[in-house]
Formats: sequence, structure tokens, C-alpha cells
Amino acid sequence: MRHEGSADVCAGRGADKAAGVGVRTPLIDGVDKVTGRARYTADLPLGPALVGRILRSPVAHGLIRAIDTTAARALPGVRAVITGEDFTAPYGVIPIAQNEWPLARDKVRYRGEPLLAVAAIDEATAEAALRAVQLDIEPLPAYFTADEARAEDAVLLHDYKAGNIERRVDQEFGDVYAGMAAADLVLERRTTYAEVAHGQIELNAAVASWEPEAERLTTHSVTQVPYYLHLTLAQVLGLDASRIRVVKPFVGGGFGHRVEPLNFEMVTAALARAAGGTVAMQQTREEAFLTHRGRPATDIRLKIGMTRRGEITAVDAEVVQRGGAYGGYGLVTILYAGALLHALYRVGAVRYQGFRVYTNLPPCGAMRGHGAVDVRHAFESLLDEMAGRLGLDPFAVRRANLIDAPYRTLNDLQVNSYGIPACLDWVEQASGWAARRGKLPPAGGLRRGLGVACSHYVSGSAKPVHWSGEPHAVINLKLDFDGGITILTGASDIGQGSSTLLTQVVAEVLMLPLARIRVVATDSALTPKDNGSYSSRVSFMVGNAALRAAEELKRVLVAAAARKLEVSPGEIDWAGECCAVIGTDKSLNFAQVVEAALVDSGTLTVKGVWSTPKETQGGKFRGAAVGSTAGFSYAAQVVEVSVDEDTGVVKVEKVWVAHDCGFAINPLAVEGQVQGAVWMGMGQALSEETQHHEGLPLRPNFLDYRIPTIAESPPIEVKLIESMDPLGPFGAKEASEGALHGFPPALTNAIFDAIGIRLHELPATPDRVLEAVQQRRREQRLQARRAAAPAAAAAAAAEAE
Amino acid sequence: MSKGLLRLNVNHRTEQYAVADNALLLDVLRDTLGLTGTKQGCDGGECGACTVLVDDQPRLACLTLAATCEGRRIETIEHLAAHGRMSRLQRAFHESLGTQCGFCTPGMVMASEALLRRVPQPSEAQIREALAGNLCRCTGYVKIVESVQAAAGASA
Repeated sequence: MRHEGSADVCAGRGADKAAGVGVRTPLIDGVDKVTGRARYTADLPLGPALVGRILRSPVAHGLIRAIDTTAARALPGVRAVITGEDFTAPYGVIPIAQNEWPLARDKVRYRGEPLLAVAAIDEATAEAALRAVQLDIEPLPAYFTADEARAEDAVLLHDYKAGNIERRVDQEFGDVYAGMAAADLVLERRTTYAEVAHGQIELNAAVASWEPEAERLTTHSVTQVPYYLHLTLAQVLGLDASRIRVVKPFVGGGFGHRVEPLNFEMVTAALARAAGGTVAMQQTREEAFLTHRGRPATDIRLKIGMTRRGEITAVDAEVVQRGGAYGGYGLVTILYAGALLHALYRVGAVRYQGFRVYTNLPPCGAMRGHGAVDVRHAFESLLDEMAGRLGLDPFAVRRANLIDAPYRTLNDLQVNSYGIPACLDWVEQASGWAARRGKLPPAGGLRRGLGVACSHYVSGSAKPVHWSGEPHAVINLKLDFDGGITILTGASDIGQGSSTLLTQVVAEVLMLPLARIRVVATDSALTPKDNGSYSSRVSFMVGNAALRAAEELKRVLVAAAARKLEVSPGEIDWAGECCAVIGTDKSLNFAQVVEAALVDSGTLTVKGVWSTPKETQGGKFRGAAVGSTAGFSYAAQVVEVSVDEDTGVVKVEKVWVAHDCGFAINPLAVEGQVQGAVWMGMGQALSEETQHHEGLPLRPNFLDYRIPTIAESPPIEVKLIESMDPLGPFGAKEASEGALHGFPPALTNAIFDAIGIRLHELPATPDRVLEAVQQRRREQRLQARRAAAPAAAAAAAAEAE
Repeated sequence: MSKGLLRLNVNHRTEQYAVADNALLLDVLRDTLGLTGTKQGCDGGECGACTVLVDDQPRLACLTLAATCEGRRIETIEHLAAHGRMSRLQRAFHESLGTQCGFCTPGMVMASEALLRRVPQPSEAQIREALAGNLCRCTGYVKIVESVQAAAGASA
């Protein structure tokens, strides 16, 4: 994409591409991270600050009769005590489902729900104040499974939500009855998935400063969505949004935990206002598990009809999600489960029923792979089993249902690029599938196997949850006397490398070195609004806005160079650090161009915006926006396992994954994202699960909640497939989520290859695997006995004669 | 809790600090010395983000009483880069993308530093064993292994 410089001053440029898109680029903020210089929220220099602490409900469901704060307020050093009464409105990330207060009012609905908060001069005083509070809560019946909560006589958690159903989804596309009738094989399975949590390593923290004289609030927080936090602070505090400033410092991972405004952020701000100063809130790991917003426990019933050639004629699914006590992203999660259940393939007809159920547990929310992970496991497992029944190879059954882009799925999702065929080809070849699947000999007493699965995900939701008619993404570029270009963006880099990606895009267009470009991100006083880092939207949407902003700046600079050199812009050969008049030796260096561009105008600020095209925004039916995107990513992976039938221990030996990211703007970062996604799928599939007893979390720490360590993590070989999406910036699509969904089914398919058992419950912990192995042995013994019984009876009869 | 004067050698500087008798090394480093490169990611001993070196050995600063470190050499992430040059491990973690969000990185780099001081050319198994107490939620560890290998190779 570089132009050859035409004058001597420009010679040598463009020969070796050292920066820009397609180049493996270490993170522009990586040095800060490896030197310890990066400041996360808990690291910020504060000046005098109070300590914030939250008191949490000891009961899972109850009516708040009284909260007596008299003794707490009387303690020396206590500067503020607040309750739900100190907020003006409830909140919720979905505008039509706002039923949560930062501190509970009237009712508590889960054990650990925030009830009250204090700000005090130090930790000891704050904790003493919490101990001094008297609570009077009248317990109500509490429900810890979706079935209990849906029972006819169950007390309602929320008014007007009959049966404790937050959202019921009924969708049908095509004729499912006819599809099933046309099938050569119809198979139905039920599967169960444990609840999992994000486990970002950074603890939750927020710092809020209130300027009483000006009535202004500044909040620093660990958020992935500073804009939603800003809106929510205004709403729950009853403040004009213009008096609020939200800043996101370095953030230590999110994975969806932080894609909605969280109670502690609002509580910290309210404490700061009540105390008239600065309050720092640093939470514990246990509190992160209580704040939760993880992936819900899910039960799935899935029926698929298939021809003997492997074509899917119909799909019929029912999904029940145990949502926890509040809405959060819940209705989006249950819609995603339907939208992304089948849209990966060409299918004949689909019926989807979804139930999102309120329970007395910490609220679930969005987690990496949002809504689509458990259904992907159910679907890809059943495909595998049906392939076996029909005598088809698992690759063949998937290839029998591929689509040709451009394509409109049954549920009106637009597919413009589709790299699955290339993904399948690569993982099949790289894993040695044909020679090894079903043929791996036991080694060291362990059984071995291979499994495959496909997956996909959105590159940003084509309709944001706050639909305002504004563009999906806005980028400002500032150029001033120093010749430095500042990217002003609200996009939240939470480790995925979005700031680096934006820098590469701008460098590519302007043909400038990365060093000339800096990023100022996520400060609502400085940067344009951005919806934040969720649904893998940033590369695609903000990348497109950056591309357009850079093109606009280039147009301005070329025009300035042309004026200075007294030619038309079309005669300028732009090469970044220098430019020349084509066919002459007249040239300018970058400093001269900047000088020319600033004449009369002064500091330059240009803008780039991007919005999803209408045809990508989904269909007309209720809930159609969820799942719609301007570009789907695709992935296929093969997992190799070994299984110890004596202990039930499953070990992942190796993963081969091919991910269609459209175009890899930063291949180094894309690889890292894909590896991280696959590995997070592995944690969910192998060892991670929350657990509660009567609403009390039993694993609210990293010892009992088992995130895989480096000792049990496999090599993950990545192949990037570049399908060049027509709408993506330089063809790029999502890279951070789509490879996650395929791991759990590839794992259980590999376990089947190893030991001939299909697991219908995840995670595949040793106890579950061992139970399945023993169950099979019991069945085999029973069968042997039954087979032997008639023979014995016959022998006895013969003897009697 | 009463306070006492503690003589600590942190990053090759020995000074006296007035800290509570029960102060944890993590809190002294972060709050008293302002060395916020050392992170806290859990409620004690679960994640490894606070790993520092005490007499060349990796230690969890969140489980270490500062008072037990008198007369010993404490090193933190801030000490590894000297005169504007990153250490071989820092450079490798940066260039090989052993860091994504960066929150586990200081602990990961310090645990790796302890390993390379003890075993300059570690096998992959030795790397995995040495870092098994350090959780990372971003990378899947693949590029962390590669980073340590690159650093070991660079020093060879």
C-alpha cells in the first residue's frame, strides 16, 4: 500500500514496512506494563482520600424492615454513611430493564447484595462502622435454581415478572415440523452447564472526587464502558451529565465483568458526594465474585434433524438460563443464545425457545462469547454424535452445511465474509486428523483422542443498547505545532491492544512512523464518546472511524502541501515523512507540511465516524437486533486430549485453531487474543464453576474457583485466516471472542474419541468424567448379566429335563 | 496496632520506615514507598500478582510480613529496568506479547527473573513449574512461555 517516493528526499521509504497494518506490533503501552509504570485504578496518586466500604446482605431474599446507622454515624472518623435512599433512580444497562439499585432498597435479592456503604478516614474505622450497623431484614423464600424459581407457587423476585421469568423468547424460522419429517436422522440431547466467572486479575476499584463548591464529580474506574458509566452516574445520582467526568486508567482485564456500570462505581461516587471529598474503593476478590455478571448456569434441550448426507434440515432448541437476581444484560444473553445457535451454518428451519429466569443469586451478565458459548457446545456435540450415527466424518458433516457469502441467515443476519472452509482445511491438515482421529493408541495408560468444532462471533453489535442515532464510533485526530498526531478516542483498551491497533491504522494511512502518533483515551472531558469495549466492536467499528479520520487528515495535509508547492493536490506524491510533486524534485518534509497546514487554521482537529450499514442491523422480529453485526468472525479448532479412566483427569495436549479475523491489523495481538479466547474456553470446559450453598458462594477465590495455571495449559497453535471482509477496516473483523466457543465442544468430542463417552455436563472435572466412566461400567455389567441370564435359565431348564 | 521503625533494603536502597508491626510487605511497598508496580489481585496467596524477590527468591508480598524482611534484599519490578534499558525479561515480555492487560505482568516477570537467576537456560517444563503460582487471565500463557524462552535465549 506504500507509494514509492518520487524524489530523492523520499527515497528509501516504503521498501521495508516497519509500521502500519499487517505488521506484528508490540503494544504501544507494553513498556509501561512490563516496567510497572502503568497505573491502574488502585495505583492512582490520590492526595488525601477516604476509604470506602460496602455492607452486604446476609440473607438471599428478604424485605428490608430497617437499617439503623446511628451507631455507625457516631463513630469518630466516619465521614459518610449512605443507603439506597441516597440514590435518585435505579439502573440497568438495558434501558427497558432497569431494576437494580446501587444499594438495595426495600428488598434484598441475593446474599452479598450491597445494602449500605461508608466512607471513613481509614480501613479500620470503615470496617468498625459496618459492624456497628443494625439490620432488620424479614426473610422471604429464596430460589437457587431456575426450576425452583419457576415453580407455580414461587414468590416473585420482581413485581410484574410472572413465574420469575425475566424474558421468554419464542422464535421460529421456516417449517421445523416439515424439516424434522424430511430428516433421515433426528436426535435430541439435554446438556447442562455450570455458571462461570470472568476472573480478571485486577480487583475492582474506583476513585471518586466530589468538588462541593462546583458540584462536579470525577470518577476513575476499572470500567470497559466509560460512557455507560457516565450516563448511569448521572441517572442514579440525579446529576447533570455535564458535571461528571469519567476516566478509565489502565484496566487489568474485563472479559465482560465490566461491560455494564457496576454498583461499587456508583456507590463510590455517592460516598464522595456525601463526604464532600475523595473516596477510594478497593474491593476484595470475594466481592468480585459477588458482583459477578458472569455466564449463567444453563440447561439446553436440542433436537437436530439431518439427512444422511449430513445436511441440517431442522433445529429445535430450548434454553434455560439461571440469571440471578437482576436483569443486567440478561435479555441480550438469552437472545444471543438463539441468534448464534445456528447462524454459523445453512440450516432448513429453526425453532428457539429461551427462558431467562430470576433467582436469588448474584446477577449474571455478559461474559466473553456472550450468550453463545453453551449453545455452541450443545450444537457442535450433537453434530458430532449425528455424524457418528450416519458414518460421516465430523469434518464432512460440517462441510455439508457451509454457506456462501454474501448470505442472509434464516434469522436475518447478514454474512459478508465466511472463512470457515479455510479454517476447517487448516485444522484438519495441521492436526493430522485423517491419520490420527480414532486411531491414537493409548500412551502411558492414558486414552487419547481428537475432537473438532466450529464457532463464530459478532464484530460488534450492529445496534448498540443505547440506540441514539449517533454514529457507532467517532475518532478525533489532533495535529499541532509539534508535529505530533494525537488520537483522541473513547475506546477502552483493556489489554486487547485497541490503542495499538488505532495507532497502526492511522500510521498506515498517513504513512508515518508509530512514534509520531500518541493516543489519549477514555477521558470524557477530552475524548469523543465511545460505546466501549464489548461485543468485540472496537477493531471493526473504531478501526473504521480511525481509518476515516486519518484519510481526512491526509486530505488536509496533501492540500496544504499542494498550496505550499503551488500545484494541485493530485500532483502530490504523499510518503508520510516527506512528500513530493510527482515527476519533480520539489518536496517538503513533514514538519514543513505541518507548518503549511497550520497557517491560518491553527491547531488541526479532524474527525472520522463510522456506522453499521442498515442491511447489517438485523430483521424486523422482536429481539432481531441481537446477533446482528457488520461482520462475523469464524473459527475452527481441533483439540487433542488424554484421559485417565482411573482418575477421570482430562489433559489437553494440544490445540490447533484457525480464526478468520478478516485481516490481521496486528497479527501478534490477534494471535494473543485467539490463544486467550481458546484458553478461556478451556477453563470453562475443564475446571471452572461457581458454586453456592443456600445462596452463599462456596468458591469466591482463585483457589476454589479453578482457573487453569500455566502448568496445565497446552500449546495453542494459531492460523489466521484472512477473508477480507468488505466492510471491515482493511478487511479486519473480530479476533477476541469467536475462538472461545469452539473449545468446549472440541474438547468433549475429543473425550468421546478417547474413551467413547459423551459428556452432557460441563465442566469436565475429574469427578464428572469418572462418574461417566463408572456409569458405563455399571451399564456394561448389567448388560452382560442380562445377556447371561436367559442362557443360564435355558441351561437350568435343559438340566431339569 | 503499634508502629515500629523498620530498616528495609528495597531495590538496593536501605532506609528506615515507620510501619505497623503487622504491615504486609505488599502494603509497605505500595503505600509507604509508592512502588505500585507490585499488584494485588486476590485476597491472599491465590494469584501471584504481588510476586517480588527477597534474596533472589520469589515471594508473595501479600503473605509476607514486612518485618520479616529486615536485612534482606527486596527487589520489585521497578528495579529491573536500569538506565532507561529494560531487562531482558521485560524486553521479551514486551516484544513477544507476554503481556496483554499487564496486571499479572510484574509478578510474572519477577517470578521469571527468579527462575533465570537460578536456571539460566530453563526447559519449557521448568518454566511452567516456576510460574505455576502466577495466574494470567489474558494470554493462555502461550506467549508467556515464549517470552521467558526468548529472554533466556537472549542472555545465552
